[in-house]
Amino acid sequence: MTSTGSGPSRREAPGRRVLPRPMAALAEQRQRAMVSRPPLALAWRQLRKHRVALIGGVILIILYTMSLFGDFIAPYSLDYTDRERFFHPPTRPRVVDAEGRWHLRPFVYRTELVDPGLRKYRIVTDRTYPLDVFVRGEPHRLFWIFPTTLHLFGVDPAARLFLMGTDQFGRDLFTRILYGSRISLIIGVLAVGITIPIGLLYGGIAGYYGGRVDNIMMRLVEVIIAFPGFYLFLTLSAVLPTDVGCATRFYLIVIILSFLGWTGFSRLIRGFVLSLKEQEFVLAAKAIGLDDLRIIIRHILPNTSSLVIVVATLSIPGAILGESGLSFIGFGIREPCASWGNLLTAGANLPNLAQSPWLLLPGVFIILAVVAYNFLGDGLRDAFDPRLRSS
Amino acid sequence: MLRHIVQRLLNLIPLLFGVTLISFIIIQLSPGDFLSEMRLNPVVSSETVEAMRRNFGLDQPLHIQYLKWLRAIFLRGDLGYSFAYHVPVTWLIGSRLLNTLILNLAALVIAWLVAIPIGIHAATRQYSFSDNTLSMTAYLGISTPTFFSGLLLLLFAFKTRLLPIGGMTSLDYEFFPWYGKVLDVARHLVIPATVLAFTASAGLMRQMRGNLLEVLRQDYVRTARAKGLAERPVIYKHAVRNAINPLITIFGFEIGGLLSGSAILENVVGWPGLGRLILEALVQKDLYVVMGSLLIGSITLVLGNLVADILLAFADPRIRYD
Repeated sequence: MTSTGSGPSRREAPGRRVLPRPMAALAEQRQRAMVSRPPLALAWRQLRKHRVALIGGVILIILYTMSLFGDFIAPYSLDYTDRERFFHPPTRPRVVDAEGRWHLRPFVYRTELVDPGLRKYRIVTDRTYPLDVFVRGEPHRLFWIFPTTLHLFGVDPAARLFLMGTDQFGRDLFTRILYGSRISLIIGVLAVGITIPIGLLYGGIAGYYGGRVDNIMMRLVEVIIAFPGFYLFLTLSAVLPTDVGCATRFYLIVIILSFLGWTGFSRLIRGFVLSLKEQEFVLAAKAIGLDDLRIIIRHILPNTSSLVIVVATLSIPGAILGESGLSFIGFGIREPCASWGNLLTAGANLPNLAQSPWLLLPGVFIILAVVAYNFLGDGLRDAFDPRLRSS
Repeated sequence: MLRHIVQRLLNLIPLLFGVTLISFIIIQLSPGDFLSEMRLNPVVSSETVEAMRRNFGLDQPLHIQYLKWLRAIFLRGDLGYSFAYHVPVTWLIGSRLLNTLILNLAALVIAWLVAIPIGIHAATRQYSFSDNTLSMTAYLGISTPTFFSGLLLLLFAFKTRLLPIGGMTSLDYEFFPWYGKVLDVARHLVIPATVLAFTASAGLMRQMRGNLLEVLRQDYVRTARAKGLAERPVIYKHAVRNAINPLITIFGFEIGGLLSGSAILENVVGWPGLGRLILEALVQKDLYVVMGSLLIGSITLVLGNLVADILLAFADPRIRYD
């Protein structure tokens, strides 16, 4: 990949320009380097030095772990509502109580609705409610399988633990962000997971056969690329039935995202394959009489692996942004399901938002996930870019 | 070169034909039509609905509807009729098109004016504190959804009352003198244009920085330095000129995206542009408005790509189209 756009932390290699020397020696040296270290190990070595990419990776690991254990970490359930406590500000865990005494164990105070119009809540300091770990709460299924009532933390039901406040129905935003992460974080991975094989095969076939086949196949791609992406995305999602369950809608949106995504990717692969197909190993495979599909899949496409890894990582954030934008304007994942995009819809009402700024928190998670993927993707690109690699 | 352009323009015809066909099929797949809601309305008699159906041509077979629509475009440049607004689609899109163009052009100009100097600054001071800060800000810029930054700025405007919150004009717009009108639109433009420019300039700045770093490694830059040239002419006369070249392609793509780049943001800040039009039309199943918007959006996109190629060929003599 000839990437002219470089990440901010792209490494410069001023003294490493290859000096002119006999080609044979050069080739031999390259051969040795390839034999001694597999490309993935080389890339990993580079990636480890890329601090920003590692930060991105760590953020992603944390986010996905939170998402996997979401219902266990969440103090409440997805459909928990507390009608008495709508637009409740975030509960602050404290260590110093109203009398100024220090507590070893964090605790919260109970709150009471004072003025429903102004959404004012009074903190009642008559007793403390310590934060408990591994508490029994509402039933849920851990990993979607094991039924349990165990939650990571919580407080006595007399008080509430709304770490990030509540929305207009009194639903705990932290809980919903955790459940929403399951949609928002997975949608990108799934969409790319569908896009990559289709794009590989389509681009591979077009590039390998070239000529007329290529011409016809690429015309179709061009038509889809000619649409303004988000308009088409909107139009396609308007087609989706509205009376289906969340899960069905989720998969349909994944399909739409993939439908839009495979074209650009297959174009990229086609260009790559065009340049590869005249190389000796392909001619050799042809000479032995392997059939075309086998040559494409087993011999040509594996050469695109580093390209695929980089492009995949860098396309996931696009899918995340696409889904959240769509859900934000009400065309994507709908209530009562939660996704980071549709959680933000509650903040679209300015007077509401001005009084309850915590409604913007789901957006912070979107940015966090997208930044992390961009960090990691740029790091991977630098790591796989042979022009920058010091072998 | 001219042959190449003509060929590309000819290619446009089957391409746009494909675009219209696909958009027509997609819209027909969606459940219900514009009149579905009216049928459920007890006040509207079924005869009225039937008359409207005939009037709009919705009673005809699908392929006839499509071909009729296509023929009107070829013969009269007529994109059809909006069911909801009772005006020709061409007029409707035209009025919204200008608004979207104002917004996106403003953002484009800001983005380029900001991003190029910042990119040069960052590249010439690689890994310095300001470079790192700018690069991190750029990451934030490409990762923040426009609807989120739009909401943040609207919240700011709402709290401070410094800027109007949403819309394109004030209520008493009609009573302003012409310079008052310009000023009024400009005030409304600040928030959406800033949001778009933030995202665009982040990407642009990263490109500029990367390109310049690449160029600064070249031999001719070393030669220029070796012959004792001062750093400023080395950067601005030798390096920057070559580093800007690849950005021309991006410029072309941005021209292509002028109409569609602000779709969500328009809905957040209430800017009466094409993005909002298509959303409303989708909700109301206003068939020809959706198709017209998709078509216009596609034409700009494809023409933008063509402009990008032409500009690049002019700027870079190594590129030949024969």
